[in-house]
Order: sequence, then C-alpha cells, then structure tokens
Amino acid sequence: MDFAGYDPAGGRPGRGIVSAKIVVAGGFGVGKTTLVGAISEITPLTTEALMTAAGVGIDDPSKVPGKETTTVAMDFGRITMAQDLILYLFGTPGQTRFWFMWDEIIRGAVGAAVLVDTRRITDAFAPLDYFENRNLPYVVALNKFDGAPQYEAEEVREALAISPQVPLVLTDARQRDSVKQVLVTVVEHAMLRLQSEHGRGFPTPVG
Amino acid sequence: MDQRRADPRGALVRPYAVTRGRTEPRQDIALEAVLTASLTQVAESRFAGHDKHRIATVCEGRAQSLAEIAAYTRMPLGVARVLVADMVAESLLTLHTAAPAEGFEERMELLGRVLSGLRRL
Repeated sequence: MDFAGYDPAGGRPGRGIVSAKIVVAGGFGVGKTTLVGAISEITPLTTEALMTAAGVGIDDPSKVPGKETTTVAMDFGRITMAQDLILYLFGTPGQTRFWFMWDEIIRGAVGAAVLVDTRRITDAFAPLDYFENRNLPYVVALNKFDGAPQYEAEEVREALAISPQVPLVLTDARQRDSVKQVLVTVVEHAMLRLQSEHGRGFPTPVG
Repeated sequence: MDQRRADPRGALVRPYAVTRGRTEPRQDIALEAVLTASLTQVAESRFAGHDKHRIATVCEGRAQSLAEIAAYTRMPLGVARVLVADMVAESLLTLHTAAPAEGFEERMELLGRVLSGLRRL
C-alpha cells in the first residue's frame, strides 16, 4: 500500500505521518513471528542490533577475547492504516538474555501481547514478570497449537498468577482474524488503562 | 582487532566504519519513527555517500521506519540510527513523529485511530 497522496517531489517537512507500535512478546518459539506475519502487509522483516562495548555496556568485550559483538535479531511487521498512520508490530528477541533490547522495543508502545504456548507454560513467567514491572498495558494470548493440551483460560490465569485486570484471550497465531482480535484487545485495554489513570490524575504512561 | 588484521581473507568492514566510528546518534530516533525522502532529497543524497544514498532510496515515495531502513539496507540498527539522524540534520530525510507520548487527549485520539484501523482490516 503506497501513499497515494504522498508527493515525492514536494519535500515539505513534517507532513506528520504518525506511527504506533504494538509489542509481541513471549518465549522462544512461541509463535511471535507467525503472529506478526499473519496480519502484516509485508513479510516480517528482521533487524539486527549489535551489542558492542560502545553500545550497551553489558557485554564487556575486553573479557571475551575475539568476541567483539553479539547480534540480537528482532522481527517486525507493518500495517499501513491510513496515509498518515502506520502501525508496527515488533516481536521481542526470544532469548531472555536480551532483556535490555526489550526496553528499547517497548519504549512508546501502545501496549503488548504476551504469547503463551500451553505446552511450555513456564516459558511465560519471564516475559510476564518483565511486563508486571513496566508501566505498559499488556494482554496475555494463549496460542492454540495443534495437539497442545487445552486448558481453560482461568486455569492458565491461575497457573501464571495473572492479575484479574489483565485480559486473557485465546488465539491461533496463524489466523489473521484471530490475531486481529488480539491486537484489538491490546488497544482496548490500553485505552481503558489510560482513561482510568487519567481519571485518577496519574501521568500518561509512556511505556 | 589484531586478530581481524591477521585474517588472511582480509579485513571485514567493521560495522561502525560507515559512521566513522560514531555510535551515538545526533538525536534519538525511535524504532518505529518514519522517514520520507523527496525526489530532491534522493538526488542530493548522491553526494552524501553510498550508504546515505541507499537509505534515501529506500524512503523514496514510501514512508519507512528506522527499523525498516535497517532491515532493507542490512545495516545493524545502531549504524542505521546514526546515519539516519545525520541525514535528518542534513535535510536529506524528513523525520515524522512517532506516537505522541504525552497528553491524554492526543494519546487517546491515536489509540482510537489505531483501534478503528484494526477493526477495518
């Protein structure tokens, strides 16, 4: 989808195309890229961030001879909603040692969906813990894998100690309509959160 | 670095060589912030070096986020961020605003637009 009204010869600054992002989090191999790919207008892209001495300061290369950089990959997709509005979906790196990248990914996000595989439910603890400690609205989405044990949503909520305020939905990450519903739930939840925090005089969450 | 030099296959281009070693962008640019380049900007970018010209070409006629620029040019994100920030300062790219983080009304309006955009899909 191109910007029909976009005037490439114009060069006027600040036409004001606004972009927003929703984060898709979860353990390794839980279906984040599948979910993004089910609804993105582009085949999910991968961007790589290098962790260097100058970059992050977590990995000290002087202590790791011959190892100067580590690459952290993240997948993302795009939905062009209007000429001046683009929604991006960012998947978090699955490996939990890359938490520092999550902080960059969630900055300014609308909200997040934490994808859970019912066959490996404990993989969800770390991502859920992460969002519990951030001021970012999130929902939990149970990805229905074929042959996976089918739990009642409330069983999962209890098992993962998800607070009653956090929406929990079932999804099939391969199905566009199902993914759309997850994203709708994220945005609705974000709006409710924003509204209630505004009502109580809290500052606007910035993720 | 010495190990790299000793490599008989020759030196690899170090990731930040294209930024002349700078790793800090002039201004922070969000992953999802979108950039555009007009025909004039693309033409001018020819004089700014191969990498900047590639970036401008990616943004010609279609708004692209920093993340997309990095992916399409196969540059590491940090490298793309430094170059893109330079190009914005040099007026070779137009930076558009990412989601407004402040102001209840603005934020609600944006969320409302995203919501109806999703429902229309």
